Amino acid sequence: MLKKLAITAVAALTLSGAAALAAGGEDHIKDVAFSFEGPFGTYDRNQLQRGLQVYTEVCSSCHGLKYVPLRTLGDEGGPQLPEDQVRAYAENYEVFDAELDDYRASLPTDHFPGSGDPNAPDLSLMAKARAGFHGPYGTGINQLFKGIGGPEYIVSILTGYTDEDKDEAGTLFYENTAFPGGWIAMAAPLYGDDVEYADGTEATIEQEAEDVAAFLMWAAEPKMMDRKQAGLTGVILLTVLAVLLYLTNKRIWAPIKGRKTTT
Amino acid sequence: MSGIPHDHYEPKTGAEKWLHRRLPIVSLLYDTLMIPTPRNLNWWWIWGIVLAFCLVLQIVTGIVLAMHYTPHVDMAFASVEHIMRNVNGGHMLRYLHANGGSLFFLAVYIHIFRGLYYGSYKAPREITWIIGMLIYLCMMGTAFMGYVLPWGQMSFWGATVITGLFGAIPFIGDALQTWLLGGPAVDNATLNRFFSLHYLLPFVIAALVVVHIWAFHTTGNNNPTGVEVRRASKAEAEKDTLPFWPYFVIKDLFAMVVILVVFFAIVGFMPNYLGHPDNYIEANPLVTPPHIVPEWYFLPFYAILRAFTSDVWVVMAASWITGGIINAKFFGVLAMFGSIVVMALVPWLDTSSVRSGRYRPMFKWWFWLMVVDFVVLMWCGAQPAEPPYSTISLIGSAYWFAYFLVILPVLGVIEKPEAQPETIEDDFKAHYGKAETPAE
Repeated sequence: MLKKLAITAVAALTLSGAAALAAGGEDHIKDVAFSFEGPFGTYDRNQLQRGLQVYTEVCSSCHGLKYVPLRTLGDEGGPQLPEDQVRAYAENYEVFDAELDDYRASLPTDHFPGSGDPNAPDLSLMAKARAGFHGPYGTGINQLFKGIGGPEYIVSILTGYTDEDKDEAGTLFYENTAFPGGWIAMAAPLYGDDVEYADGTEATIEQEAEDVAAFLMWAAEPKMMDRKQAGLTGVILLTVLAVLLYLTNKRIWAPIKGRKTTT
Repeated sequence: MSGIPHDHYEPKTGAEKWLHRRLPIVSLLYDTLMIPTPRNLNWWWIWGIVLAFCLVLQIVTGIVLAMHYTPHVDMAFASVEHIMRNVNGGHMLRYLHANGGSLFFLAVYIHIFRGLYYGSYKAPREITWIIGMLIYLCMMGTAFMGYVLPWGQMSFWGATVITGLFGAIPFIGDALQTWLLGGPAVDNATLNRFFSLHYLLPFVIAALVVVHIWAFHTTGNNNPTGVEVRRASKAEAEKDTLPFWPYFVIKDLFAMVVILVVFFAIVGFMPNYLGHPDNYIEANPLVTPPHIVPEWYFLPFYAILRAFTSDVWVVMAASWITGGIINAKFFGVLAMFGSIVVMALVPWLDTSSVRSGRYRPMFKWWFWLMVVDFVVLMWCGAQPAEPPYSTISLIGSAYWFAYFLVILPVLGVIEKPEAQPETIEDDFKAHYGKAETPAE
């Protein structure tokens, strides 16, 4: 009973809080033309590798990717690191091994570590757990044509800081034009030139934000390219089947219907 | 089977006769497949096969998903991610299953509205209609419990809100809710029983589908004219009908495959469009999502649930008459379930002697207004419960009840129906002439 009361109380608080937040603008989600959009869009391997670098050097100090197995970094359609690089990358992390009863360097078969900071959400599914503009008027038409907008939301958050902050009950909040309510607990993580890209791409803040958003989309939906391939195969085969069935149907009914007399 | 006279299976070889004397299963299949079907069925009649396909799709994908899923609050969410990342083809199975639910409901709504327009619920098909409504209720239960299984934020909070409805029942509500949940709040016991029931109910649906088909195979299909098949003799019946195989099997399959092209495009290219982003966040009893919204197919009834707030005069009247036993929350629950009950009772609420809406000039308008009403309620259900949406929801809910409780009974008395064709054959010939006897 107490638990129920507590839940209700927290629920009521968060609800009213959220209602207040919702009053702020939520529409400052930029539209970014990602390579993986549309029925034929694919991940850009170089971009995913750059995004991995931004994640590793910046995000991972607080956030985690606990659902993502390290070995998938070598999968086709992903960052596709060579096997030895996957192995070397895994060794950057430590994992508790129950058999050794001690920590050891991660292997490709382990997952990325979870968030080190308990207040930092895990990023494994962030690109699917957020959305852009749903409207107009709650019809979902924007998302139908431009995608649900998770990666766009991430880019907008990372580039949406205004340099304003405020202290609320001992916690510092930072103004962010993309965050619902306008004030976010995460300090600006990117300023530009936070990493040095191996492929020589200029590390502007927009570039870094887009790269890491693309990487997080891959982390959330690693099988996207398989899925689109399966969908396309399905659509083509079923279209052929539909044509065959149409002709069969027409032929079967022809003697019954005879000549069409009215339209 | 009784009903429309037609050819029956005759065992010819010795083996066939041997089997037929012991188990007439070939005869049963033959009669089912060769059932005389009105030859004028239009494209609105194809959704039954789509529904049968959906049931099979959901059971097949669901059984495989259940092999990899773990119904425990600490592991459910991770096990879904395991399916998405590590199980061969697991991501396709899950997206097929999740979007398959949407196709199932799209199909059932069109199927129901087709029945409402062409009067398929009218005598002698009341049992078919009632069984259909039971199937629909089981579908809603199954879908609701299935949505809880991934144990995301919407799963958890949707379950909390919907099971909370039972808590609104006076006197026994709290005890009932605790009994249903297996504890004071949505927790591991709830997840486990929902998984168990989500696995059970589809087989109940399958059994009901058999009865549904049995019922309309006994009465024969309705058709767009609503005029019955002539059954005085086989020769006469054959002028109105064609055997289900191959004429309607091929036609239905063609339509179904066209629908599946769109379905596969959605699964392949935008599988999360109909889902909610919050369900990719693991359930957290301490954080409520800003908007708790059910899946799209529950939205019209969710809007009806929320429409009756304590400042609505019928709610105030009900509360005053019952001495406060019926409060706004309980009234909302009654309205939501009542909205389905009135639909189930439509065979006895519709007083018109004419079956098909095609020959009912006034009915047509009210019917299409009801379809618009349904869509508007669906839209309202997704909006926050505040003006102007609350007012629109209330008007929409009022029309829903008015349609079944007032308009249909009254229309039957005051409406002057148009002339119906004498026979199905006449209707068919008005569109298609036989090649040897061309109409002018």
